[in-house]
Amino acid sequence: MTSITDPPQGSFRPSMLINDTRYRSYTFQAIAFIVLAASIGYLLDNLFENLAAQGLEISFGFLAAPAGYDINQTLIEYTSQSSNLRAAVVGILNTLLVAVLACVTATVFGVLAGVLRLSNNWLVAKLMAIYVEIFRNIPVLIWILIIYGIMTIVLAAPRDFRGDDPAASMFLGLAAFTNRGVYIPLPQFTRGFGAAELGAIWDWLLVIALLIGSLIATRFVTARATRIQEATGIRPKTLMTNLAIWFAPLILTFLILGLTFEIPALRGFNFAGGIKIGAPLIAIWFALSIYTGAFIAENVRAGIQAVSKGQTEAAAALGIRPGRIMSLVILPQALRVIIPPLISNYLNITKNSSLAILVGYADVTATLGGITLNQTGRAIECVLLLMLFYLLISLLISAVINVYNNAIKLKER
Amino acid sequence: MTNNHDRSIAFVRTEDVPAAPPPPNAAGPTKWLKDNLFATIPNSILTIVALLVIYLILQGTLPWLLNGVWVSPSLSVCRDILDGATGACFAVLTERWNQLLFGFQYPADLYWRPGLAFILLFFAAAPVLFFDLPRKLLIFTALYPFIAFYLIWGGSILTPIVALVGVVAGAAVYQRYVKGSFALGFFAGIVAALIVWNLGGLIIPDEEITEGAMRSVASRDLGGFMLNMMLGVTCVSLSVPLGIALALGRQSSMPLIKYICVIFIEFIRGVPLITLLFVASVMLSYFFPPEATVDLFLRVVIMITMFSAAYIAEVIRGGLAALPKGQYEAGDSLGLDYAQSMRLIILPQALKISIPGIVNVAVGLFKDTTLVSVISMFDLVGMIRGPILASTDWQGIYWELFGFAALLFFVVCYGISQYSQWLERRLATDHR
Repeated sequence: MTSITDPPQGSFRPSMLINDTRYRSYTFQAIAFIVLAASIGYLLDNLFENLAAQGLEISFGFLAAPAGYDINQTLIEYTSQSSNLRAAVVGILNTLLVAVLACVTATVFGVLAGVLRLSNNWLVAKLMAIYVEIFRNIPVLIWILIIYGIMTIVLAAPRDFRGDDPAASMFLGLAAFTNRGVYIPLPQFTRGFGAAELGAIWDWLLVIALLIGSLIATRFVTARATRIQEATGIRPKTLMTNLAIWFAPLILTFLILGLTFEIPALRGFNFAGGIKIGAPLIAIWFALSIYTGAFIAENVRAGIQAVSKGQTEAAAALGIRPGRIMSLVILPQALRVIIPPLISNYLNITKNSSLAILVGYADVTATLGGITLNQTGRAIECVLLLMLFYLLISLLISAVINVYNNAIKLKER
Repeated sequence: MTNNHDRSIAFVRTEDVPAAPPPPNAAGPTKWLKDNLFATIPNSILTIVALLVIYLILQGTLPWLLNGVWVSPSLSVCRDILDGATGACFAVLTERWNQLLFGFQYPADLYWRPGLAFILLFFAAAPVLFFDLPRKLLIFTALYPFIAFYLIWGGSILTPIVALVGVVAGAAVYQRYVKGSFALGFFAGIVAALIVWNLGGLIIPDEEITEGAMRSVASRDLGGFMLNMMLGVTCVSLSVPLGIALALGRQSSMPLIKYICVIFIEFIRGVPLITLLFVASVMLSYFFPPEATVDLFLRVVIMITMFSAAYIAEVIRGGLAALPKGQYEAGDSLGLDYAQSMRLIILPQALKISIPGIVNVAVGLFKDTTLVSVISMFDLVGMIRGPILASTDWQGIYWELFGFAALLFFVVCYGISQYSQWLERRLATDHR
């Protein structure tokens, strides 16, 4: 038995491919598929014809060949005889290094500026508004070049530190700001137990393990304080205990391992010893930090303003002190708004770090997409690998955003 | 009663006492200072630190700015004029003004052409930006791309005319058939335009015009801030329609269309613009037929348009998602088909919500046009880094040029974002 609203059965006509909504979507998809396949085929056909005309073929063999160029700032061992693949890995590590550094400092700048922009102090609020507007409205490329200019033109050359009455002197006698880079003290362990060829890696692992242990211990102390507060109504003081847990084991370990600092010193025409942070790295790091900091400041401001005023008033009516209102009532709600755009700002930092090529910082765009590409002429392979790397990073970060969003979603029952 | 009162009390005031002025520190500037700058001790410290920062910035820049030299043929002459005093050499801006604006290869006697195109841009953009203006002005907006093309590139006037005739023919065919079905009208319009362009291509003379006021200028001769403006305006206006199509495609119920759009958007958003520009400069030519020579400007426009279209698509998807489901159902229950309900009900509301986001993307895109200097195009930053800083006259100058570039971009981008805020207030129909 069929109801009268059922469509007529068994009478398919070709015109129904256009006029019947049941079949029309298949028609459209078939057309779209044909167009897509045809254009991809056309592009690939052109590609192979062009490659054949130039006697080239797609091959990733060049990755194993020696790179033949030097990189000034590397995190892993690298010589000009290393392979192109290793040069690309050096570039990837450098990209990740500058991205992580810039994410940390951009968050600090952004949170400071965002909170201060809501300050009761008129002058400070206006100053922060000017900071945000100026940095958001000027291309990051120009900021990178300006800060690179400050690094290389304004700062003193190493030879200015020479002589009895030098034109420049070291900051507190510890760090030197020169136009070739910043030299800071290098921490070393005189009685470290790490194997010599591995450097101080075991000593640092021990320090990290200690810090993790302290973190767990302080959380335990806090949890105990909360339990006591809930049982008796009086919260025991935990500040001194926590400070002791953080610092006592650390200082003890440093004493046992014999922590000293190797202070950079002028030898010959340049500084030696200590850690050198090259001018290009500082330029790109600082420029990305203040530029993205301005965007993060706006997110922070929007997040704090999104918490309705009734929440503050309700907390105040319960007799909670202003500091705890911020940490217990406003921030947990504001973070829900702040964190997703914050993570996408981190993604922007990672993508914008590709501009490092402008100032000669050897990130992955400069090694794989710059020198390797120009020397081997493997344009298609290099650009594809480069895109693949950035795509992986951004998919990873999107996954983090999705996990976070699901975790903090308002649980409605 | 009153009489009684008169007798018992020695003095009765018959009129109001004039209000006493408030205490000096509870009114006027003192109160404002106390409330806003010195309310608490930490607040006062903040104020003093802020004043110190302002003082340091002004002390560093003001003498340099005010003591600037505006006329001088080279940096060494400028340094002689300053004679050791602190001061900027703004002379580089006046001396290289045309290069900064138009690049170093655009013929000097033809500067009036891009200049005129720039002025006309305001007239073309005005009716789009301010809807209080008469709607008839939109005709000029529609004609503007062809006029601007002719002014900037020059050459045969037949080229823009054939392009215009093709668009008019396409629009006419679309109007004729859209009554039946939107898809039919749309595709028939495109086919008509393609036919006119192909036929028209036959009558356009092949040889370039090398003489006279309207002679041809090659794309590689474009440069300076003009190039930034051209890339910005072209790519934003092309990427809005493309972005709308991608956003609708992403919401489509047809899986194939949906996944094509999703993959395109996520791929473009996942890679930095600079890698797409590498594609434009070294890779894209492999995908064109061997005999075709597509110039770099067009290749860059294609890539930047795709880039910003993906971002605009995400903004518009947000706008579409923000509409209540009832709006879609209302369109269906009125018996409108998909194209009609999108055009008449959904998109007008969704685009209104998306305006701030679209403007943000536009500002970001305009800032990103400076990236073309990395693939050796001579835009404003490319001009500064290349020909000007490398010239013997001005080698060693730095802050004046980048300060100027920063100022130029700030003025444009800040202006656009102020416009967007005005528009948001203007379009706010919920009376709060």
